[in-house]
Amino acid sequence: MAVIDNTDRSTAPEKASPGWFESVPTAAWALAAIMLIMPLLANDFILFQVFGWTFILGMIALSLMFLAGYGGMVSLIQMSVAALGGYMVAIFGTSGMTDISIGLPWWVFIPIAIVVATIFGTIVGALAVRTEGIYTIMITLAIASAFFYFTRQNYAIFNGYSGFNLIVPPQLFGVDWRSPMPFYYLTLVCAVLSYLLVVYVSRSPFGLALQGIRDNPRRMAALGYNVTAHRIAAYAFASAIASVGGILLVWQNAQISPGTAGIPAVIDILVIAVIGGIGRPIGPFIGALIYVLLRTFSPDVLTTFGMSGERFKLLIGLGFLALVFWSPDGVLGMWDRWKARRARRADPLTGETET
Amino acid sequence: MKKALLATAMAAAIALPSMAMAQDNTIKIGILVALEGAFAEGGADGVRNVELALSQANNMAGGKKIETIVAPTDTTPDTTVRQARKLIEQDGVDIIIGPLSGSEGIAMRDYAKTIPNNTVINGISGALETTWVDPADNFFRFNLDGAQWGAGLGSYVVDEKGWKRVATVAADYSFGYTNFLGFAVDFCRSGGEIVERFWVPLGSSDFGGVIAAMPEDIDAIYLGVGGTDAINFLNQYEQAGAETNLIGGTIMADQTVLTSRGRAKEALVGTPTSGALAEDNPDPAWQNYVKAYQDAFPEDERFPSPSLFGVGYYVATLAAIQALNAVDGDLSDGQNAFREALATTPLETPLGTVELNENRQASGTVYINEVVEGPGGTLVNKMVGKAENVNQTLGMSADEFRAMGLPSRDTPDCAALAQGG
Repeated sequence: MAVIDNTDRSTAPEKASPGWFESVPTAAWALAAIMLIMPLLANDFILFQVFGWTFILGMIALSLMFLAGYGGMVSLIQMSVAALGGYMVAIFGTSGMTDISIGLPWWVFIPIAIVVATIFGTIVGALAVRTEGIYTIMITLAIASAFFYFTRQNYAIFNGYSGFNLIVPPQLFGVDWRSPMPFYYLTLVCAVLSYLLVVYVSRSPFGLALQGIRDNPRRMAALGYNVTAHRIAAYAFASAIASVGGILLVWQNAQISPGTAGIPAVIDILVIAVIGGIGRPIGPFIGALIYVLLRTFSPDVLTTFGMSGERFKLLIGLGFLALVFWSPDGVLGMWDRWKARRARRADPLTGETET
Repeated sequence: MKKALLATAMAAAIALPSMAMAQDNTIKIGILVALEGAFAEGGADGVRNVELALSQANNMAGGKKIETIVAPTDTTPDTTVRQARKLIEQDGVDIIIGPLSGSEGIAMRDYAKTIPNNTVINGISGALETTWVDPADNFFRFNLDGAQWGAGLGSYVVDEKGWKRVATVAADYSFGYTNFLGFAVDFCRSGGEIVERFWVPLGSSDFGGVIAAMPEDIDAIYLGVGGTDAINFLNQYEQAGAETNLIGGTIMADQTVLTSRGRAKEALVGTPTSGALAEDNPDPAWQNYVKAYQDAFPEDERFPSPSLFGVGYYVATLAAIQALNAVDGDLSDGQNAFREALATTPLETPLGTVELNENRQASGTVYINEVVEGPGGTLVNKMVGKAENVNQTLGMSADEFRAMGLPSRDTPDCAALAQGG
């Protein structure tokens, strides 16, 4: 597995920019090495629960980051798209609900899940792109809550309140993909691939045009770009990434129910993206890691300090509040400012500042 | 700063598991409980009751010290399984007590199958499927399920009240179906007739359509919704003229509804309900328990008397303590002896004696209450009867019960039950 991951990392950026080896900062190599040898350092819980969940939430938030950061469209539908992908896996694959699940092989239901979820996300996008700013948020939030209530009341397809259980990944190549180490690498590879894909697309003509549209749609229209089509295509691309995240999520939980895409979950994705920073594709993953760590360990932190563990939401809320207060552009913004401040610091030899 | 913090947190997280293994003379119990969302108050009462039960045993069972770790959930199955995994893999608990709500219970049944060397004792979740469909060997439930809680009410309203034609308004999700099934089985076999069934989504606020479509010639309405939904229904029903009697599901006449303001109250007096407990139960075991609960916590940090959720977690903890004492705290051999003790020893609880069947599901007592006007115009529940030894199949044979089908909008079929019974 590690070998395959290595080749993924080394081939993809090569296409993006020649001379890539020197251009990748040392920190990135160190991070890649740590990620690859993580199974030696961490226990199963950290691998499966903390990192597996981080990569999955990071991918779903990445799809929002792509829309918001490059397209200027804050969409709250990404979690619903992911959940629909997960539902499709449950319906076309195997689950404990044998009355509904069709039980197709994996190479059929995975493409179906991605395609159906992408079509759904694209349709929502087509509705939403004609609006701007807060209205985009409202229309996507409205559709997301409609999706939640629909799945909760529909028993014929979505099995209502109970949803589906016992959904496990296929046993490919004799590997149980739900055991911690394989699942860690599976999510890592998917996360790295989608990260590289977003980086690549953001530098492609399409991505540049999209960023142009974000900054000035009228001028781009005057230049002959089809603004609406570019935005809808951005939704389609983002939905495909979100749907892969949704498939991994349903495998990790082994079940899916309306609560998976409930309003809190929808908002959480926005929070993750904002915490991490929507300026660059690495932001959502940083945000997801912070979210998962807070979510997982805040009750323990509280009890360590002798407080009642049931107030854990307070800690999460305060953490997010502090971050947004001191750094509206997320952890990435904080990092950038820290670097800038270091760069501005006077040179110890000449006493001059660089700027 | 942030980075350093993050690195510390990560390092701590990675380093922790090796230290988290249980020492030889302590037993770790994880409390899996909803502390977010609609059941947060009840969940907090669950935690209090685990503490109460443990402090009554001096935090010792089977000669070993008991340690607890709380894992909060938000009632979604996703979070529940995540938290359970954290309890087992990260905190290294031996036994999990929980969860609280129905769909969480089903998720935990499936999760329990993946941890064969640990034991799960249900908190208060009441889905029938948890211990009926493909149950897990290491999942034990010492509370009655949602269908059992409805038992006894049907025959009570037919025999005592003479109400034979009933329309039903119930919540359109698994607990609504299950709780209704318990009522309907008993009701139809006693000769009652269900004229019309209305299913309303959770969180409904407008019942105008349902009230307008209500048939004229009925003796009572069965109301299987709870909390604010019930208050909304009652207010609108009162405004529309409130002509007939009411029968309540298990979660209908709870404190939120009884203490609500407005006209809802007027419709409620004389409404029979059924459930796991009766607040004025004269049984000394119950009275002693209520007193212990009231003495253990200051008045502003508890309910006036233990809630349904609290009692569930209390009974589950009693079960764990009793079984640990029986095996002298020996959890070796995949906890086999401990499970054997759990499954076979009858448990004395504040709600009467509880025994488990072959699916590790409790049989016990269901209490019939009626809403009456108490001192100062407040509404209180008064115990008017009880149905004892209600088992998982509601007195039917397992095959008959299975043939009836799982609870849904159309199950059970009332006419078929009336003929069969």
